[in-house]
Amino acid sequence: MGTGLRIAGVLLFLAIVFLGVPWAIQASGRWDFYYTLTSVALLAIASAGVWLTFYIGRINIGQGAYALTGGYVSAILVMQAGWNFWLTLPVAGIFCALVSVLIGLPILRLRGVYFAMVTLVLTEVARLTALALPITNGAKGITSIPLPGEVSILGLTLIPAIDTFGDVKLAFYLVAAALMVIVFAGMYRLVNSRIGHLCRSLQQNEELASSIGVNITYLRIVAYAISSFLGGIAGAMFVAISQSIYPSSFTVVDSVNFMLNCFLGGLAYVFGPILGTLVLYFGWDLLFETGRFQLLIYSSVLILIIVLLPNGLLSVFERKRATAR
Amino acid sequence: MEQILANGLYLGAQYALIALGLTLIFALMNVLNFAHGQMYVLGGFVTYTVYGQLGLPFFVALGCSALTLAVVGALIERFLFRPVLARSHREESSMLLAAGIAFFMDAVILLVFGEKQRGVPKIVGGVLNWDFRLIMPYDRILIGVLALLSIAAFILFMSYSRTGRALRAMAQDRVAAQLMGVDVDRYAMIGFALGAMLAGLVGGLLVTITGVNLGMGGPTSIKAFLMVMIGGAGVISGAIAGGFILGMMESVGLTLLSAYGDITYLVIFASLMVFLAIRPQGLMGKPWG
Repeated sequence: MGTGLRIAGVLLFLAIVFLGVPWAIQASGRWDFYYTLTSVALLAIASAGVWLTFYIGRINIGQGAYALTGGYVSAILVMQAGWNFWLTLPVAGIFCALVSVLIGLPILRLRGVYFAMVTLVLTEVARLTALALPITNGAKGITSIPLPGEVSILGLTLIPAIDTFGDVKLAFYLVAAALMVIVFAGMYRLVNSRIGHLCRSLQQNEELASSIGVNITYLRIVAYAISSFLGGIAGAMFVAISQSIYPSSFTVVDSVNFMLNCFLGGLAYVFGPILGTLVLYFGWDLLFETGRFQLLIYSSVLILIIVLLPNGLLSVFERKRATAR
Repeated sequence: MEQILANGLYLGAQYALIALGLTLIFALMNVLNFAHGQMYVLGGFVTYTVYGQLGLPFFVALGCSALTLAVVGALIERFLFRPVLARSHREESSMLLAAGIAFFMDAVILLVFGEKQRGVPKIVGGVLNWDFRLIMPYDRILIGVLALLSIAAFILFMSYSRTGRALRAMAQDRVAAQLMGVDVDRYAMIGFALGAMLAGLVGGLLVTITGVNLGMGGPTSIKAFLMVMIGGAGVISGAIAGGFILGMMESVGLTLLSAYGDITYLVIFASLMVFLAIRPQGLMGKPWG
């Protein structure tokens, strides 16, 4: 793909996300889609983290744990310490990254299903911990969290309070979409950097990579920390939108879904998680009208896609390219 | 004390049977069967229909559960897992398929059997009461013994039958087994059917005690994963050990920790993570599966 084409593609994507979608919602009057698409953007961010762990050859079913942790960190800081939400957002991410370094040091030595299972258990541990700790308020959760306020330095408003916008839903959508664009731009940069190439070497053969001098332990931890950081900020953002968090806000099902988003989009493509999340989450929402057949249709389509395109949706283009050659 | 041990044994026998099916499928195909819990639930509903609704003898119902799941398992392997595994670049893709199948089975069970909790009449009445030190209903004892017998039968089958030997050879080294003339495609299907059948069998056994409902699938899968992890993925003796260990831990934990609230599973999970960090391959697994 030429550079010009690539820039055009990115511009088209940005135009659709920031102009096309609001216009379409305005025209169709389906205001509820804002919430759906905001969720898609945030889930895509968390899935991007999972994708990065796939990139170093690990199956991560533990992103729900970090989303939950990030959500609780933000909620507790806002409610009990009175922090501004926008300040808690990076703090939640960094907190998750630090936790993931501690947890990752022992468990990143595991591979294959062993790592997958431990991370799955991690999600349950996070949920049960949230239930047991006093600061998280148990099963009742933390509710009526205020909407994000404004950020100002020396009287200069950097980020206006979210409720000064006429439409809170639209504001949240734009914020989430912007966050998603930033995250995926960063991911693209990361994957095409030196570290990205090294990560690819881990995916193929860790021993070989190690033998030619790649510091695999360091690289694994870095990738896992970034992954958990993304999970944390996605979780914190979710809490700001729903204004509440419970131990059941992110469970094993969510962790599995994050992983499925990556698979569905295609593990070989950086932007796979966006497409995968859009298809899975939005598709589920669209099928709501089919009532009790919702799950049946959804799962049938899912199975059909995976049987026809086992390497993800984006592999469609690959096949075309291969036959054209 | 006797009570706790008996409860642990009873739980462990069932858990081991669930874990056996899961570990068998994993050993043969390297597939983590997310739909295992749903297969278990389906088995429960088949027994509920045949024994509870149609009024046929319990053992006929149990046979129907096992047979249904064996057929379902064989079809899933032949028409879903085989083509996907053959064409995907990374074999983890099978996880998406397994999860899709789990959703699909949930949907089918929801449409056919509904979301209500279902139970069946007791197969035998009465309670064993040994001096108030050990109190256990007879039907639980019967189910526990049946589970133990099934485990024993499975081990004998795997050790001495021709099919069992082929399956063990495949689990050890698929390519070598193929070179020795084992029809791996055929035996992968048989193995998958066998694993699904075990899940159906436990479902049928347990429906007489706990009943069955749609929501049981997911948690059952997670527990089965735990047991397999404790014992070592893809190792039959490990799955049995894992099942009994988890059963005991649950039984002991619920008694000891009940004073501190609902933290038994938190403790079990946390200790499992520590255990796996020290010994990644579980009790008996081979390193890196």
